[in-house]
Amino acid sequence: MNGPKLFAAYQQKLKKEAKIVLTWQLSILILFFAFWEVASRLYWIDPLLFSSPSRVFSSIWSRLIQGSLLGHIQITLLETILGFLIGTIAGIIIASMLWSFHRFSKVMDPYLVVFNAMPKVALGPILIVALGPGYLSIIAMGFIISVIVTTLVVFAAFNEVDQNYLKVLRSFDATKWQCFKEAVFPASLPAIISTLKVNVGLSWVGVIVGEYLVSKQGLGYLIIYGFQVFDFTLVMSSLVIIAILAAIMYKTVEKIEQLLIRK
Amino acid sequence: MSYLTLDGVSHYYFSKKQYTESLHNISFSVKRNEFVALLGPSGCGKSTLLSMISGMLQPAEGEILINNEKIEISDLEIGYMLQQDYLFPWKTIIDNVLLGPQIRKRQTSDLKQRAIALLEEVGLENVADKYPSELSGGMRQRAALIRTLITEPEILLLDEPFSALDFQTKLKLEVLVSDLLKAYQKTAILVTHDIGEAISMSDRIILMSSNPGAIAKIYDVPVELRDESPFLARKHPKYGRLFDKIWADLDQQKHTVKPIEENAYERS
Repeated sequence: MNGPKLFAAYQQKLKKEAKIVLTWQLSILILFFAFWEVASRLYWIDPLLFSSPSRVFSSIWSRLIQGSLLGHIQITLLETILGFLIGTIAGIIIASMLWSFHRFSKVMDPYLVVFNAMPKVALGPILIVALGPGYLSIIAMGFIISVIVTTLVVFAAFNEVDQNYLKVLRSFDATKWQCFKEAVFPASLPAIISTLKVNVGLSWVGVIVGEYLVSKQGLGYLIIYGFQVFDFTLVMSSLVIIAILAAIMYKTVEKIEQLLIRK
Repeated sequence: MSYLTLDGVSHYYFSKKQYTESLHNISFSVKRNEFVALLGPSGCGKSTLLSMISGMLQPAEGEILINNEKIEISDLEIGYMLQQDYLFPWKTIIDNVLLGPQIRKRQTSDLKQRAIALLEEVGLENVADKYPSELSGGMRQRAALIRTLITEPEILLLDEPFSALDFQTKLKLEVLVSDLLKAYQKTAILVTHDIGEAISMSDRIILMSSNPGAIAKIYDVPVELRDESPFLARKHPKYGRLFDKIWADLDQQKHTVKPIEENAYERS
């Protein structure tokens, strides 16, 4: 019986492969920061403009100890999560309406296309005028940038559901709502999850741009402020924090995916 | 005494530029507990006909009666089985089987017991809590059969339910379906393009021609074959004779149909 032996060897191989990949990933990360540090110290790049990892991390550390950074992080994170949630949920609701009312979807088609093609960031000034220079405009920015894409992708997914599932349900006299609940929505879950992943990135764009335009707090504000006072260490620090937070948010969505979709 | 009657049923397909008559003046009737096979080439409107009998589609002309009542007002249960199982992959087998009662809000614990008993009858007792992806094609189609039977339909519509299976599984399922239908005394209409399946399972075969779909010929299956299980019927000498006859008629149909198509091209 070679089965158990071969299986153990196979598992060993998998583990080894995972280890190699992780080693490479870590090496690239370390090399990147090391190169940045060295390049900055040896003046290959201008340390005034590009800062250096040591300065970035000591800046983050001192601001954390002072307590000023945490407030900025909280505000941006809250705005992003709200913009993300409202944009995604509204998009799914609009897509459901389009699916329920066939004529409505045909009427709305050109408007959706135009609105989707439009650079939503250009609406920033109008949002600020309409909603005031505060959190509301920034959240609206995070919302508006993700809602139309969500609507279009989710609506397309609803329409691609195999009609035979609906035929099965209709043979049991299912209502339209039952068809939606039992077949259309669950069958579209994978597509919905993948728009969630896209929206994580989009709502960060919306919120950071929104903060560029109006805010007095938040990571986007720190970037603009650092740029204005020529403190590029502050700009880089904010970028590093945004990268970490966005990655965490993405991973969270991935965890939700694993919970919702059986593979 | 006819149970299900189709009287002069026609159907049209519309596209932007033209329309096609997909079914032309179909009339036949089915007796209670009879098993009728609709046999014909692809595109002859067999499945459309089933959709109309199930009430999902209205005939453009003619009418469909069950017990002399129009199907729209009849509250009779009609079960529908499709080419593939179409079990919902996010539901367990038992939840899939209980889908009909769930949709109609008639779920009871008795019904669940019955579902489990039926699953046992078709050899699926151990997989009730598994998901469809964990089952083989034949097991899934058996589960789909139980999903259709649990609502206790009076008429079963089978839309090529064995066509996606391998030959061995297909034969086994044919025997199973045939036994179950006899045991529960159901009326059934089977749509198929497989001559052997039609002969071995049904009491009567309605051969259809295409462009537009119409009834070409009706065969009564010899009593000896009707009473045999589909597996043994295939070995009966009368099976071969009927097979050859239908084969010849189908072949002739192809030759007569072709020139009409060519004429149509010339006109356009």
